[in-house]
Amino acid sequence: MEAIISLRGVGLTFTRDGEQTEVLRGLDLDVAPGRFIAVLGPSGVGKSTLLRVIAGLLPPSAGIATVNARAEGFRLPVALVFQDSRLLPWRTVLSNAGFGLEHGKVSKRERHDKARAALALVGLPGFDKRYPHEMSGGQRQRVALARALAVDPDILLMDEPFAAVDALTREALQDELARIHAATHKTIIFVTHSITEAVYLADEVIAITGKPGRLAASIPIDTPRPRRRDDPDNRALITRLRAILGEEETA
Amino acid sequence: MKRTRSLALGALGFFLFLGLWESLPAFNIVPASVLPPPSALPNAFWREVSNGIWFSSLLTSLRNYLSGLLIGSFLGIALGVATGMSATLESFLSWVVRILRPIPGLAWVPFAILWFGIDPAAAIFIISTGVFWICYFAALGSVHAVDRDLIEVANAFGFRRTDQRLIKVILPAAAPGILIGFRTALGQAWMAVVASEIFGVPGLGQRMMQASNLLASDIVVIYMATMAALYGLIDTTFVMLQSRVLRWKR
Repeated sequence: MEAIISLRGVGLTFTRDGEQTEVLRGLDLDVAPGRFIAVLGPSGVGKSTLLRVIAGLLPPSAGIATVNARAEGFRLPVALVFQDSRLLPWRTVLSNAGFGLEHGKVSKRERHDKARAALALVGLPGFDKRYPHEMSGGQRQRVALARALAVDPDILLMDEPFAAVDALTREALQDELARIHAATHKTIIFVTHSITEAVYLADEVIAITGKPGRLAASIPIDTPRPRRRDDPDNRALITRLRAILGEEETA
Repeated sequence: MKRTRSLALGALGFFLFLGLWESLPAFNIVPASVLPPPSALPNAFWREVSNGIWFSSLLTSLRNYLSGLLIGSFLGIALGVATGMSATLESFLSWVVRILRPIPGLAWVPFAILWFGIDPAAAIFIISTGVFWICYFAALGSVHAVDRDLIEVANAFGFRRTDQRLIKVILPAAAPGILIGFRTALGQAWMAVVASEIFGVPGLGQRMMQASNLLASDIVVIYMATMAALYGLIDTTFVMLQSRVLRWKR
């Protein structure tokens, strides 16, 4: 099957005040449609930058990034979920969830229907009129996920989406995401710091390490779904990933 | 309980104030022509209302006030937002702003009279100049303070044109700060109304000066009270509107 995301020698260098910082170098990656890819790596290695390149928010300074998804009708090719939810505080939950649909092609009624459907999908029905500050961190993160799902993207880009919520909420959100992935078959690129989270959720884990960040490993995870958190088969994999990421940090 | 108590204390203070005020001319400590007692005011008010001067002065002043406020705040907010969004425009205007900003609003009076004569337009010019700067800086600062992350959200969901960014994120995010500036301008504009009318433009201030020249101090107090009441009314109404608009804030 043709890759939905294809990176060839992608590099990114920021220039600020005349000083250049190379963040990513020589990244090659092919992602088949419907795959769930987890991206692991130490802080500041350029994982978020990689997501922004795929989202088209940052043009790569070297190489080619191809995304074979298109906007059609109300649909956007790619949608982002951020770590800190980033809801618009002046909008209600319903209005936040429908944000990406305000492109003039969708009637208000249709937009609300789609937003409500997305909120139901993430397990948040009946919160339409609430404002973000009236909700918990986990609930806000669900709204952010609904906002991304409402535009029915082919690719869902998630930047440490569960890093800021408590452990129990985090597990609930992981299960929710696994369920949504199974139901919608969206391609997901999921940046995380947690090796266990990556192994629990993804079809394939890629590790980015070094300065500038390069692809250090790409490991498919064949554990059948639904998965268990304490699957003994995953232990060897977790140890291996820890070694790849740990070695790099001490180097 | 606490609320009732503070309400009672407030009323007590107010009536003591009135009592003290009443007693000063009553015991001839100060002549009534210099300090009219509060008991003389209803009569004076009735005279001003029945000959129609009170109402027409009020209308004229309100018209100047609202015109100046509207023109000044619209231009100030528009230019402030534009400057906040464009570093080029900000650099371009920085010297001009540095020169014009420190000029007190009333220092424009000579030019206002020169350009517009003793005319409502002169008052409107002075009022809008003061309002302009307050709104300009409030808007500029609020736009600068808009969370860049929210602008990235707009970009990520396909709103990348300047007008889309403005409507989807920048204006709503900057609204609280802009409204705080506008509220300051509401008060500032009142001062400018009175000041410009003291220079002869018709309205409450002019009527007050006429009364003062005729030593009709009771009439002067009537207009002072009118201005205070009007400002209080406008400010209270605005705060109500503001909390409606900003009900999303905690």
